[in-house]
Amino acid sequence: MTLMPFVRHTGKCAALPRADVDTDQIVPKQFLKRVERTGFGPALFHDWRYRPDGSENPEFELNQPEAADATILIAGANFGCGSSREHAVWALAEYGFRAVLAPSFADIFSANCCQNGLVPVRLPADAIADLVRRCRVGGGGFRLTIDLEQQRVDDGAGFSTTFSMEPYRREMLLRGLDEIGRTLLQEDRIAAFERSHA
Amino acid sequence: MSAPRTLFDKLWDAHLVHRFAEGPVLLYVDLHLVHEVTSPQAFEGLRRAGRPVRRPERTVATVDHNVPTGDRSLPLDDAIAAKQLDALALNARAFGVELFDLASPRQGIVHVIGPELGLTQPGMVVVCGDSHTSTHGAFGAFALGIGTSEVEHVLATQCLVMSKPRTMEARFTGRLSPGVTAKDLILALIGRIGTAGATGHVLEYTGEAIEALSMEERMTVCNMSIEAGARAGMIAPDETTFAYLDGRPRAPGQRDWGRAVTAGRQLRSDPGAAYDRRVDLDAAAVGPQVTWGTSPGMVTDITGYVPNPADFPIVEERQAVERALAYMALTPGTPLEGLPIERVFVGSCTNARIEDLRSAARIARGRTVASGVRAMVVPGSQQVKAQGEREGLDRVFREAGFEWRNSGCSLCLGMNADVLRRGERCASTSNRNFEGRQGAGGRTHLMSPAMAAAAAVAGRLVDVREWEVGAA
Repeated sequence: MTLMPFVRHTGKCAALPRADVDTDQIVPKQFLKRVERTGFGPALFHDWRYRPDGSENPEFELNQPEAADATILIAGANFGCGSSREHAVWALAEYGFRAVLAPSFADIFSANCCQNGLVPVRLPADAIADLVRRCRVGGGGFRLTIDLEQQRVDDGAGFSTTFSMEPYRREMLLRGLDEIGRTLLQEDRIAAFERSHA
Repeated sequence: MSAPRTLFDKLWDAHLVHRFAEGPVLLYVDLHLVHEVTSPQAFEGLRRAGRPVRRPERTVATVDHNVPTGDRSLPLDDAIAAKQLDALALNARAFGVELFDLASPRQGIVHVIGPELGLTQPGMVVVCGDSHTSTHGAFGAFALGIGTSEVEHVLATQCLVMSKPRTMEARFTGRLSPGVTAKDLILALIGRIGTAGATGHVLEYTGEAIEALSMEERMTVCNMSIEAGARAGMIAPDETTFAYLDGRPRAPGQRDWGRAVTAGRQLRSDPGAAYDRRVDLDAAAVGPQVTWGTSPGMVTDITGYVPNPADFPIVEERQAVERALAYMALTPGTPLEGLPIERVFVGSCTNARIEDLRSAARIARGRTVASGVRAMVVPGSQQVKAQGEREGLDRVFREAGFEWRNSGCSLCLGMNADVLRRGERCASTSNRNFEGRQGAGGRTHLMSPAMAAAAAVAGRLVDVREWEVGAA
């Protein structure tokens, strides 16, 4: 699958400063029966976003008016833990997020992000705490620029820091590459491996 | 002479197809397990790109997440689930992949049938679009869960692009006490290192307590590696491993058996091999574990108490505990022993193999499920179910008041009709106590099969060690 390249993005932030947000919360199981990659946006954080009677839960962070139309999610440690469901990433992307910033990510979730052009930005816990504060103070006006080429996060008002990312993943995201097509360029090597292990 | 290598190093090196200039490698996959929930989009991707499944003979599919565990002669009453099952059947046929469907006597949870068939073997790289693929590491395999895009990648290329994870040794010294199980070992480890304690690492479980475990117990331990954040968990193969595999339908046959065992014996960490990290745990000091919160790391001995959020110095942790206690409707200082439950689930890829059912049946035999409690036993596969019935376990459970059902993931994730109702408290042998995991508003306490069976009888959480005495 070819992706939209991610080079640089400036957008509005929303904060969800909770630790260990698992993929069961991001997309509850009752929404995993679809056979498509689309249609998961409405399921995002479903059991937190909605009350048992189906009405919107006004206390949930993303339901705050300030969080409307956010494209950058500032999250807590170990974000995306638990189930391998890529549906979680599809839901975040379809909802409108282009990047998630957190002190740490679960491994499978992080790999799934890179497959879908959703950029997982890992920053130290104190930097995330600072961003959460700035987001609150900003009251819906807090915007960040994520520059993947320069590997920098900047709010244009004093917060500026670099982040690291595996060069291979960064390249994939920057160019929106089709990983399968790329691997198939190594066909000779795969075939040789198979011959020598037959 | 080359440097001493860990078991994981050996597996990694043996599967290297190519190193990309930017760092990661192409790793060859020996066995790809497929199920209905995380595969339809992957097959659709192949179809759109006009790509075949590269090695259908290394790809095996089953249905488990979505399937009903009641009467299989009836049509599915969930039309969307039925569509997903149909999609897998169609994809398996179109791409030449073997499928163990609802009609098959070999159907079951993907992580139960792989080992049961002898598909999972020492030295393999095993992947599946499911985080509990770590289960297969019990055989000395590198087994990991992947997302759907990677499923498509493996279908198309039989390879995975990956950077080398770090290694972590979890050494369990001493022997398990009576009434304490493999489930308690792994829960205690997760309690110790936390749910992100092994992120970015492959865990290798070593030590006397691990060596003494049966294969099924080792699978329970490796199964929950992901709950410690690990990329995979593994245990070096030994005579226990070979004895388990011998004679299984897809294990190496007589002609290749000697060679397979000889190769398997090489699969252990060399003396002096360096792990990036190490944690030690005294197995003899571990008691029966019960979770109290909404993350598997929120766990303590059955003799323990619900903690006080005020005792957690880190703000984020304190808030997490507060949230968990509110969700679980628990008050700090409450003893876990005696906590009333309404539901019991014996099942899941963690604890639904025959030894698990035997362990629960030993407690249930001659006793009765407490009034007001609904208890269900969901065997991990139709083969486990048949074996249980040959041993009369179905009668033991039914006579005690448990439901005896068909195999599937069932109440572990509640994708089918087996769900908790809002507010119900469940003693569960599964692997995740996340909010809503077993049903929106449901409250899960993770524990071993014997502990869950005892809770069913008592109608509350109890210390099974007081019951083991005199149990047949």
